[in-house]
Amino acid sequence: MSNTNIYKPYLMKIEKVTEEAPFVKTFRLKFTNEEEATKFKFKAGQFGEYSVVGEGESTFCIASSPTREGYIECTFRETGRVTSALANKEEGEIIGFRGPYGNTFPIDEWKGKNLLFIAGGIALPPMRCVIWNCLDLRENFKDFTIVYGAKTVNDLVYKHELKEWEERPDVKLITTVDPGGETPEWKGEIGFVPTVLEKAAPSADNTIAIVCGPPIMIKYTFPILEKLGFKDTDIFTTLENRMKCGFGKCGRCNVGKVYICKDGPVFTYAELKKLPAEY
Amino acid sequence: MATENYKLLKKESLPALFDKLTASGKTIYAPVKKGEKTEFDIVTKYSNDINDEYIQTVQSLKGTVFPKVEKLFDYKSDKVDTSIQEPDFSKFPQNVLWGLHPCDAAAFRPLDATFKWDYNDEYFLTRMKLTTVVGLSCSKHDDYCFCSSVDISPASGDGSDILLTKNKAGDYLVEIITEKGQEVYDMAKDLFGEISDDKESYITDVPKKFDLTELNKNLDGSFEAPYWLAQSMRCIGCGACAYVCPTCTCFDLQDEGAANKGSRIKCWDSCGFGHFTLHTSGHNPRETQSQRWRQRILHKFSYMPDRIKVFGCVGCGRCSRACPVDMNLSEHLIKIMEEPKHE
Amino acid sequence: MDKLRQKAKELLSNNEVQIVVGYEEGTAGKARPAFISSPDQADTLIYDERCIHNLAVYLTQHKLPNNTKIAIVASFPVMKSIITLASEKQLDENFINVIGISKDNNLIEFKDFADIERYINQQDLSFTPEEQALIDKIDAMSMEERWEYWQNEFSRCFKCYACRSACPMCYCTLCITDFNQPQWVSVPSHKLGNFEWHINRAMHLAGRCIGCDECSRACPLDLPINLLTKKLSMDIQKQFGYSAGQSLTEPYALSTYKPDDKETFIR
Repeated sequence: MSNTNIYKPYLMKIEKVTEEAPFVKTFRLKFTNEEEATKFKFKAGQFGEYSVVGEGESTFCIASSPTREGYIECTFRETGRVTSALANKEEGEIIGFRGPYGNTFPIDEWKGKNLLFIAGGIALPPMRCVIWNCLDLRENFKDFTIVYGAKTVNDLVYKHELKEWEERPDVKLITTVDPGGETPEWKGEIGFVPTVLEKAAPSADNTIAIVCGPPIMIKYTFPILEKLGFKDTDIFTTLENRMKCGFGKCGRCNVGKVYICKDGPVFTYAELKKLPAEY
Repeated sequence: MATENYKLLKKESLPALFDKLTASGKTIYAPVKKGEKTEFDIVTKYSNDINDEYIQTVQSLKGTVFPKVEKLFDYKSDKVDTSIQEPDFSKFPQNVLWGLHPCDAAAFRPLDATFKWDYNDEYFLTRMKLTTVVGLSCSKHDDYCFCSSVDISPASGDGSDILLTKNKAGDYLVEIITEKGQEVYDMAKDLFGEISDDKESYITDVPKKFDLTELNKNLDGSFEAPYWLAQSMRCIGCGACAYVCPTCTCFDLQDEGAANKGSRIKCWDSCGFGHFTLHTSGHNPRETQSQRWRQRILHKFSYMPDRIKVFGCVGCGRCSRACPVDMNLSEHLIKIMEEPKHE
Repeated sequence: MDKLRQKAKELLSNNEVQIVVGYEEGTAGKARPAFISSPDQADTLIYDERCIHNLAVYLTQHKLPNNTKIAIVASFPVMKSIITLASEKQLDENFINVIGISKDNNLIEFKDFADIERYINQQDLSFTPEEQALIDKIDAMSMEERWEYWQNEFSRCFKCYACRSACPMCYCTLCITDFNQPQWVSVPSHKLGNFEWHINRAMHLAGRCIGCDECSRACPLDLPINLLTKKLSMDIQKQFGYSAGQSLTEPYALSTYKPDDKETFIR
């Protein structure tokens, strides 16, 4: 935080607005205060509270990589009061940001391993941060596979980056859309993400899996990963829950003793299994 | 039963003490008779309406350090610029909380633990620093009190800066507990005397209803227990218990005003409300009252001691007295202890 | 009381109902709502002058699985609440067995809601002298005095919504206070927020309140908010001849237009 007031947001200028998909936008944000910009540090996996004064705050991950300094990015879908107000903001306008909060992906522990990223729909943003973080340190990792799917071709986010990843020889990208979501030009897979994953059958040997998606996708993906031989301590995901403060005081986001804002949002499948079924 | 030496504050010295406190710029909250009930209110002078024999008030004084509506900051915004104006923390009031019972004084500990957990809430901490607590031991209790069951004694000075105990003459035995308490004493030395008396003899005995350590252990595997549903059937899901509780800290953050000018506010909330955990998508992890009742109990008696090493209950009994449908907390806790242990 | 317990035992043993909602002994000599699900629990049921909670609130709380048959111990206010809820199509008669209790503590077996409606209309439905006195006291105040009075009362409110939760007629799954696009009613409990809430509440209950006073009894701060809805009920009775809780079929006065409605407000 810029000062000791944990409720006071940084003021961020919207440098760029990208329309990713219907109702989904990405903001590139720059600190309006130089000093804050230099002092600000975050790690992959962390989130923040983004706000429009007069409307309120909303929780999204920081979707850009910490290896790229000078800005942060967030991607959100217009769903309610605050996201609608955010969606109305234009380049040059100012929004609030509080963060970074939460725990991080233990990227250092993944050195020398294969990485398998699996994401669905609007859940690619929290993954994008860790994907770029790892790509910026590409030499630390072995095989790099990304499996990403959305309902329809139009719903795929980060379309230009998907192209970039596809064209990289050191990345294997598999994109898919739900049956019926394809266009005549679609060259990727057709099928739900878990199905496509099972078909691709990536090796679990020395591999870390990072999964992010809607609950239904997660529900079917985890068993497939276990079937493929992944240990539940090698499978990572991010959770979300209703949040307000982001730092463990307002009493909302806990699942049992675990506070999603403090002990998460990054969890291993092993940790997930220990959470009570209130979710 | 032992006679010890105490400082003495005679009842007739109270008007002078109150005047001194007010003159020094402090705002005094004291328990004032209001019809059949006693409620804390701001007083500038001592009067006979101040009740030193009350059992418990309806509302606690947590609102002096954690206000029910706290303006976090003002904002101004247009297409070009946005600015934020924080309050002047140096203008926060200096409060003297007079006549709090040991349970209420002990309640500042869980408040402190929550608002200091990894991130310091400057609003709470500043107010706390400016607060002096003058505690009052308990000579009476009622069926709703259960301080002894949560390891708090009706004679305890924990959380108080000064602790008063009313003796048979109607005067007060004084224990100075902290530096802040010493400051009050130093400011009015001539009003204090000395006395040898038996403090214990003036303290009521609050029978223990359950063992806290056992309860905590018992709750450990209780998440899927079937009794939450039965216990919560008559709960109507209001926020009365959370709002009168001196240790509940759930809050909401709300922006108020227009797009160009307004403020961000932190205000009380309750985990008992139906929409407390509602996602924008419509999904609600705690959509039934039994899940919310379970959250209340487990948070206070299992999660808080586990994560921040303090229990979220001081046994003041306010929740049970205020509840429109008599969800008597200690009664429910005792019933939980009687249930077979769940794994 | 014995007859009541006997009836409850019967209903549960025959599985005619799965739950009986009544009253039991509470803390410090008070009564409180009780939910019993087996015949052997029936002896915990009580009924006396302490049993004043409006149990009808539980009929719209949906805490029980669908298709659960409920029996409810119904004092006179509870009966009126049931009729009001039924007239607003909130209850399924087939799943609710109403065990009426008359003013002289006798059991009344109701066959159906129409039976209850008939019984209600046989009783004295006028406001009691005590109720009238409370209203008259405020009516006697000047506008300025009334404003001062309500400002004082509302400033004490801390928006715990016990009034809303305890009222059988407040059954909206998404209350107006829960809307945030737009935020019709401020969330924080400042003066304006409290006023907004209480005025909204009074208007949404105008003419639907049957005067059980549960709202002000539930209020931990003893705010006399029952007077607001009571006064509105009196006004609506005078203006439109409509009173809640007396008819299963008469449409709600404020959502109906009759050709002979007074138009004295048009000048």
